[in-house]
Amino acid sequence: MESKDYLNDINEIKELMNKSSRFISLSGSSGILAGIYALIGTYLAYNIIYFTQSPSDDYKTLVLYELEMLQLFGIAFVVFILSIATGIFLSWRKSKKHNEKFWDATSKRLIINFLIPLATGGFFIIFLIEKEIYAFVAPLTLVFYGLACVNASKYTLGYIRYLGITMIIIGLLSVKFLGYGLFFWALDFGVCHIIYGTLMYNKYDRS
Amino acid sequence: MSLLTNINKAFDNRIRLGIMSILMVNEYADFNTLKELLDVTDGNLASHSKSLEKAEYIHVEKQFIGRKPNTRYSTTKLGRAAFKKHIDALEQIIKKQ
Repeated sequence: MESKDYLNDINEIKELMNKSSRFISLSGSSGILAGIYALIGTYLAYNIIYFTQSPSDDYKTLVLYELEMLQLFGIAFVVFILSIATGIFLSWRKSKKHNEKFWDATSKRLIINFLIPLATGGFFIIFLIEKEIYAFVAPLTLVFYGLACVNASKYTLGYIRYLGITMIIIGLLSVKFLGYGLFFWALDFGVCHIIYGTLMYNKYDRS
Repeated sequence: MSLLTNINKAFDNRIRLGIMSILMVNEYADFNTLKELLDVTDGNLASHSKSLEKAEYIHVEKQFIGRKPNTRYSTTKLGRAAFKKHIDALEQIIKKQ
């Protein structure tokens, strides 16, 4: 009986437990890119919103025309789609590189559990917009996205959990500073994504 | 060596150890999932899963999804306890060395 064999057994057990229950090909660099898209998006949004009003004006009141509103939704939509597409593409490439299956029980479970809080938040926010209550839109997107990350973290790399918790905290904090939603957005979707994406990239992507 | 008394012979094989590892962290897994994760042949997987079933460590359910037969596996209480004991024994041995 060799001790080396037993160590090998333990390693194999760990690897199989991880591989069978978590989607391990999630790409860290896609997080970095999503952060960059978000920063560009918020920069464009900032220019649209404060084109007429100078930022030193009262942030709490925002006068937007329909065209500007549509432009903002357009930017948010493009950033969202680009981030998702990048995430899928880079994770797919990573799974190919490591000879893992991309679409299997673990990736399905990950997506479903990510989407449940996210879709709940999405509908909630759409209903608020319908009622023309805009103040809480930015904080709620952050909080629900954070919850989605925490929920998804059980099915993929653990870092997502801390990203989610950070998002939730900053989201809640932003309720205290209504009117500065765009800055919190840039901080959360932009800076946090880049930080956690870099951490994940360093830990899992390289090699 | 008294340390070896808790080593379970049923898990003294890469495939049986693998089946148990996967089922410990998943509610259930079907035949094809196990096959892909463990990278084994049908016959190999079938015979090893049968021996775990005989030891009453895993539970086998045969059902139909549409027209396709589907076999899915899950751990039994006995199996979970035995596997935990086995892992503890492995860790003890590694620590002692």
